[in-house]
Amino acid sequence: MTQGRHLLAVVVAVLAIVAVPGLLPAFYVTLFGYVGLAALVALGLVLLTGISGQTSFGQASFVGLAAYATTLLTKFADMPSVVGLLAGLAVTGLTAWLLGLITARLSGHFLALVSVAWGLSFFSLFGTLPWLHGFNGIGNIPPMGLGGLMAESRRIDLAVIIAAVALLMVMSANLLDSRMGRAIRTLNGARLMGESVGIDTVRLSRTVFVIAALYAGLSGFLFAHFQRFISPTPFSLGASIDYLFMVIIGGAEWLWGAPLGAAIVVVLRDQFNDWVPRLTGQAGNYEALVFAIVVIVLLQRAPEGLLALFARAPRRPPRRPPPSSEAAKIAPPAVAAAPVRVTQPGPELLALDCISRRFGGLLANQDVSFAVHAGEIVALIGPNGAGKTTLFNVISGVLEPSGGRVRLFGETSSHEPTRRIAARGLARTFQHVKLLPSRSVLENVALGAHLSGRAGVLRAMLRLDRSEEASILAEARVQAARVGLDHVLERPAGDLPLGQQRVVEIARALCLRPRLLLLDEPAAGLRLAEKQNLAALLRQLRAENMGVLLVEHDMDFVMQLADRVVVMDFGQKIAEGPPERVQADPAVMEAYLGGVV
Amino acid sequence: MDPFIFFSLLQDGITTGAIYLLLAIGLLIVFSVTRVIFVPQGDLLAFGTLTAAGLQAGRLPGTLWLLDALAALALAHSLFQGRRAALRGLLCWGAYPLVVTLLARGLAPLMLPAASILLTLAIVTPLGPLIWRFAFRPVADASVLALLILAMALHFVLVGLGLVFFGPEEASAPTLSDASVAIGNLSVSGQSLWVLGCCALLVILLRWFFGATIHGKALRAAASDRLGARLCGIDTAETGALAFGLAAFIAALAGVLIGALTPLSYDAGFEIGLKGFVAAIIGGLASFPVAAAGAILVGVLESVGSFWASAYRDVIVFTLLIPVLVWLSLRTGTAEDRA
Repeated sequence: MTQGRHLLAVVVAVLAIVAVPGLLPAFYVTLFGYVGLAALVALGLVLLTGISGQTSFGQASFVGLAAYATTLLTKFADMPSVVGLLAGLAVTGLTAWLLGLITARLSGHFLALVSVAWGLSFFSLFGTLPWLHGFNGIGNIPPMGLGGLMAESRRIDLAVIIAAVALLMVMSANLLDSRMGRAIRTLNGARLMGESVGIDTVRLSRTVFVIAALYAGLSGFLFAHFQRFISPTPFSLGASIDYLFMVIIGGAEWLWGAPLGAAIVVVLRDQFNDWVPRLTGQAGNYEALVFAIVVIVLLQRAPEGLLALFARAPRRPPRRPPPSSEAAKIAPPAVAAAPVRVTQPGPELLALDCISRRFGGLLANQDVSFAVHAGEIVALIGPNGAGKTTLFNVISGVLEPSGGRVRLFGETSSHEPTRRIAARGLARTFQHVKLLPSRSVLENVALGAHLSGRAGVLRAMLRLDRSEEASILAEARVQAARVGLDHVLERPAGDLPLGQQRVVEIARALCLRPRLLLLDEPAAGLRLAEKQNLAALLRQLRAENMGVLLVEHDMDFVMQLADRVVVMDFGQKIAEGPPERVQADPAVMEAYLGGVV
Repeated sequence: MDPFIFFSLLQDGITTGAIYLLLAIGLLIVFSVTRVIFVPQGDLLAFGTLTAAGLQAGRLPGTLWLLDALAALALAHSLFQGRRAALRGLLCWGAYPLVVTLLARGLAPLMLPAASILLTLAIVTPLGPLIWRFAFRPVADASVLALLILAMALHFVLVGLGLVFFGPEEASAPTLSDASVAIGNLSVSGQSLWVLGCCALLVILLRWFFGATIHGKALRAAASDRLGARLCGIDTAETGALAFGLAAFIAALAGVLIGALTPLSYDAGFEIGLKGFVAAIIGGLASFPVAAAGAILVGVLESVGSFWASAYRDVIVFTLLIPVLVWLSLRTGTAEDRA
């Protein structure tokens, strides 16, 4: 079945590459060429904007950088076009990397505005630098060539362009279906979660930015040799905006949105330039206006792109299972579960030494000290606002403590970023569930195994990561089965009930093979049977010598499970000890019951 | 550079900086209330300049017909929305444009500067709520990105309309004052003082509006939590219209003020608006006084930069962003998650 489909895809691709350029009338060869060139840039933008959530209004600058680089080398220095290609990619890649140093930390709309700024700056440079010949442009650019073969005909250029689009589509699809692809998806609004499973989100967003720029650079190289003439105009801010129009109109979250949007925008512009002057009797006044109005209407009808209209519906499973089957989703843990890293029983995993954390005038944690040992379940309880989640964030490196010391696995961990702490063996879940809601449960769980892989972006694109990917997914399946999610692996995580989503987070955390597990309200939203299964799972983890620190409001759950309970109120630890003793503690009673008793 | 030239450049810079500050305020109001990055604000500024110039030349500007056409659409729409909406629609989108159109017909041939300016404000300001109603309100809950792209498309619509309405020529708005004040042998133009005065007055008025009026408080509520505001009975469609109205008013005023100093063409608004963005970004990082200082700095850098290396003027201004951003990226750790 899949082999047949692969064969079919290859046949279609070869036909497209050979037949389309060979048979089309000359006018359509040119039009198709521009669609393909735009699709390359748009494809990069799908990765950058649609998937990783970074908006760039500067992609045309990258196209221009590569176009000018190859033009200068092939026309004025008589270099072969391969050198022009490599130089073009090098220039765009390097520029993007340098810009990325500044912009990779910026969130959504900041980056968008900054990219407008550099888009204008580059355009202005293209127009003013004397050796780029300004707005007169540079003509007679030599055609592409390889060895002695020169692509004298635009039909050959078009074949190369279609091949490039097909190649990058496949490589991008490979990338998204990999460890790095899953990591890239966390950049879009779930960076904290990404860091918690060990992803260096700042570096990764820079990488995606460079990839998108390289796609644009390839388009620029092909553009210069396809058109044989360049001037600053096609690299203006307006062109960058057109690329974004393409992506948004086509569907920013889908790779196919790029060629679809490119075709729509290029063809519409071409048609309007043809028809509108005939209707109005004036050239140059109304085309852009009509085009922009059409864009607005398209955006209003389908703000997530045209593909969203088709793709949304079938991605959700047609029927939800009846509510009765939702109960007891967490299977009792299988005894012969996967081997988990085992440490000696009893040693101290985590020690908090007088931790304080303030937010402006608010003291969320004040001089909190306690320890968690291997093979021990410690519960952290306290009324709402007692500072429990803040403490979790301090332990996992999301927040720096204002005072005091965190010792994790025997070493001080203050000033360490979350992802390093994760790599050292601390996994956590979140009070407000952080998942990729549109991705499958399996993919979400596999995110937790990110650190067990090595393959980077390039290996993923070239499909050289398959054995590693298989072992990551196998691990994800094991952990998912362990918490009882094996029958919903393919469902979008966002479709599960909230309690089940928390369980997905636990499975993801287990994929890190942690020595210490932090669970923030894991039992909230679970049914009684599910809670009992969760308790059984945690007991088993304890038996395997894992340390567990959990925040929980369900007192029955806490008291039957925990070895020790730490009680917090108003940022301070007010009691610590075995459950029975804490339950009888007058300070605890006062905190919970307001001193009436 | 002798001190005399420097002083006049500084004066230019401070004046344009004040304009950028106004735009930055408009952008921040619209963004915080509706999440729309209001790129076309600069185009409304150009509308302001060119409308005032047209009225001053005795012509009825195309923006007036745009107002009438959009208002007629809104009126037709509101007639189907029940009695209360129909009444309001008749008042806002029936009576108001009618009065403005009649006034413009009567006053334009007289070519009075003050009348031209007031009519310009009356024509351009309602374009804000109308733009909100027809472009953004139908997709008010879309992502920030989709709204930004929509704003970009709208920018092209307004530029296209500007070309149709006003043609490609540059034009100046009428000056409010031709006088100049001499300090020693340096002279300060009266128009510059008007710009600074209006700017200061507007800032004070906005402060009062947001601090002391129910509508201002509703805007602030919608900005901090739209759902919460809705649950308190605040109509977020209304606050959106109000925010766009404020931004359009600010843009029209800025256009009238700056247009008297520099002639503008139909497509000049975009870059002016972008420099407002730069000021807003600098201000967004810290506080209002810093935003004001940032806006003035942008204006001064631009004016001094255009004296030394006019071709690289914009490059200089936008490169100014880089150190600010470096500072920002060093200051914050991981980029924040979207809620």
